[in-house]
Amino acid sequence: MIEIRFHGRGGQGMVTASQVLATAAIMEGKYAQAFPEFGPERRGAPVKAYLRIADQPIYKREPVITPDVVVVADQSLFLSENPLEGLRPNGVLVVNGAYKAPVKTYYVDATSLALKVLGKAIVNTAMIGAVVKATGIVKLETALEALAKYFSGRIYELNAQLIKIAFDQTKEL
Amino acid sequence: MTVALEARAKAKQTLALTSNYAAAYAAKAADVDVIAVYPITPQTTIVEKISEFVDEGELRAQLIHVESEHSAMSAVVGAAAAGARTFTATSSQGLELMHEVLHIASGLRLPIVMAVPARALSAPISIHGDYSDVMNTRDTGWITLIAASAQEVYDSIIQAYRIAESVLLPVMVAYDGFLMSHTTEAVELNDEEEVRKWLPRRLDRPNLLTPEKPITMGAFAMPDYYYEIKYQVQEALLGSLDKVVEADREYGKAFGRSYGIVQSYRLEDADYIVVAYGGASWGNAREAVDEARRRGIKAGALRLRVWRPYPAEEVAKALAGVKAFAVVDRAIAFGAPAGGPVYIDTVTALRMRGIDTPGLSVIHGIGQRSMFVEDFVKVFEMLKDGERNKTVYMGLKL
Repeated sequence: MIEIRFHGRGGQGMVTASQVLATAAIMEGKYAQAFPEFGPERRGAPVKAYLRIADQPIYKREPVITPDVVVVADQSLFLSENPLEGLRPNGVLVVNGAYKAPVKTYYVDATSLALKVLGKAIVNTAMIGAVVKATGIVKLETALEALAKYFSGRIYELNAQLIKIAFDQTKEL
Repeated sequence: MTVALEARAKAKQTLALTSNYAAAYAAKAADVDVIAVYPITPQTTIVEKISEFVDEGELRAQLIHVESEHSAMSAVVGAAAAGARTFTATSSQGLELMHEVLHIASGLRLPIVMAVPARALSAPISIHGDYSDVMNTRDTGWITLIAASAQEVYDSIIQAYRIAESVLLPVMVAYDGFLMSHTTEAVELNDEEEVRKWLPRRLDRPNLLTPEKPITMGAFAMPDYYYEIKYQVQEALLGSLDKVVEADREYGKAFGRSYGIVQSYRLEDADYIVVAYGGASWGNAREAVDEARRRGIKAGALRLRVWRPYPAEEVAKALAGVKAFAVVDRAIAFGAPAGGPVYIDTVTALRMRGIDTPGLSVIHGIGQRSMFVEDFVKVFEMLKDGERNKTVYMGLKL
């Protein structure tokens, strides 16, 4: 089982990011579970989302406390909390923008890419591209297919483009 | 493979759905005629999805946006009396506001089905999950199922129509607010044509409003007959357990999934058993059984899938002869002799059968206080250490 914890702020779309990846995993025939730490999203407030992907049914329903992957959509969260808490020894950080952390780190400039492609600093889809590149938990094509369950029309097209660009530009620090 | 089987396999599809969306898909598969709803967190996404189905013509139904939950239940009472297949959904304060009409639905013996993502009660205001709302409906005469996965929510709502329409009692399908209602999981959907064949409409019941055969429903009852009518509800409710079993078994034959009325995990040689209900408690209790066994405790877990009627025989069978049990409740029975409502019933079920297995009432997950697998391991350790006959408020900051 792979456990992923997303850290973001309300409005950045981390809950949707976890759902799109869960949907992609399910489309690939795996089991998945994605859920938010807070129900009603409050714009700007710290939000966590959890994602589990496994080949077997998932029973555990506690928050992810020992993640294999931590995703941070907003570096300012490092000031108010420790997103790396509980990260497993060989765990990976996927972060928006270069950030020096004492763990294996992948980064992408999600905010500027989102501003360029969407004209808005909504970074969830860029972070999906980064997670897929960094972890390979699902195929890029499946992530794009899963995205179509959440967005349609021009919004889908722009976000699909953003996922692909972010996937290409994600680098190991 | 026969052609029919191939067609059915093709029509099956697995989607990534929250339990709320699974509930909406189930209502659509059941081809409901009338839905009356009022929005409330965490229920709202159920009716959002159903509204889409109706708007896009995927479900031909009358969707009534009422002005309160009291009206939502009243509207489905009227529609069900007229023979419509009905659906509604609510949570928390909404379920409280419905309360008096819940009694009317069961007293009129109407086969209404309702989904309830369970949520804490005010005050203070909490939008988060626990089972305070569901436990408050204990004596309303509703059959109450509590599901533990999005798949089970889908399957249970379809089964609920079969149960409700054969017993002539309303059925509530409850599940964890947020921890299930907003959790995305894999759900295998049935072919809707197959579901509709499995759920033929029954209009042969006596309590039906029709111009051909006018009757009065919900009339005044004097002391000479009120008692008998309420006794019939009790008899029907107690007798409904067989119908719940039957519907589940038949559903398993038709669609390949069934659950039973209780679920057990590693009970065979267990000394200590944790009884739980709902997805988070059950999932974590299951994981805790494995961990406790790694630590040398012979642990087992039991899940109540049916809360009303209480599956007393099945629970007694599981708990007779073990060293001790605990019930983890996500609600508080304020002022009662023990803290947990399901614990109280469990002890009663045992004592009514002369079984004296000692128990521990554990309260946890109130207002969605985080529950961890380790907490459930701790419950097994407490049982092993001889903690008995008291209420433990787990996760409480003092």
